[in-house]
Amino acid sequence: MASSAGTASSAQFSVLVEVRLREGIADPQGATIERALPALGLSGVSGVRAGKSFRFDIAADDEAAALAQATVVADRLLANPVIEESSVTVSPAAVADPVGSGA
Amino acid sequence: MSARVGVVMFPGTNCEHDAVLAVERLGASADLVWHGDTSVAGYDALVLPGGFAHGDYLRPGAIARFSPVMEPVARFVADGGPVVGICNGFQVLTEAGLLPGALQKNRGLRFLCTTVAVRVETSASVLTSGVPVGTELAIPINHFEGNYTCDRDTLARLQDEDRVVLRYVDNPNGSVDNIAGVCNGGRNVVGLMPHPERASDPLTGSVDGIVLLSALVGAAEPAAQATVA
Repeated sequence: MASSAGTASSAQFSVLVEVRLREGIADPQGATIERALPALGLSGVSGVRAGKSFRFDIAADDEAAALAQATVVADRLLANPVIEESSVTVSPAAVADPVGSGA
Repeated sequence: MSARVGVVMFPGTNCEHDAVLAVERLGASADLVWHGDTSVAGYDALVLPGGFAHGDYLRPGAIARFSPVMEPVARFVADGGPVVGICNGFQVLTEAGLLPGALQKNRGLRFLCTTVAVRVETSASVLTSGVPVGTELAIPINHFEGNYTCDRDTLARLQDEDRVVLRYVDNPNGSVDNIAGVCNGGRNVVGLMPHPERASDPLTGSVDGIVLLSALVGAAEPAAQATVA
């Protein structure tokens, strides 16, 4: 069990937010990557779309609360809704090794 | 009384002194306004100049939108005050929701630093009032993310409401409908990718930006405030 002093009821959750351009929005970065592929001798790769991913941790009472907070971060800051969309994945954080610092 | 222009500076802004000099030469007084300031009281117009606010991290303008100064800027806009965002300033205004659309990476992924021809498409904005529609101006651009993008409905609204302020004569960056600058519904906020302040001295190759900045200074004259509507 987590033994962090203080906020007794909260747990740590790991968040992954993936941000990608909305469909129909031109992606010059993806197109440029795709054009570079023949130099590797690859010819069957198509539909390259570039995006961004973000990882962070959230302390929250439960997974639903963590998801709600992470969605605010994704919608209000990480993605620009005019051109981008995002998906949010929340999972319980791996339990940190309590030994390590200190010795 | 001469107009007082506030030039908003974020960490990473780099065109603020050019903007100050250009509007001062047109008879206005100008001050730098730090992004951490919580008031823009006393200014008759605001300029958000070019640069790389907050390092352009995440997206150009994405972090600047949360700078403390943006709250009074939004109130200034709501009160009808003239605001112009140049280049990075345009990006900040779109991220802040004060102008529609977004600025994407240029088509071809090239950083563009050149002088382009733009055409004035409406005289009904704080940046083009008194400038005849169809006027062509030679003004420098200097950007990587200047490819104006918006959804179809927004584009139709911009067109129907005569809110495309400037168009490129020869589209350099892939912008939808050749858009180089737009205004808000109140016509008191204009964002544009070209840099009129860099075309305001013969030394820099063009003086075509002067008509635009003159319009802004004119809109900022305290007496003009009441008539800008």
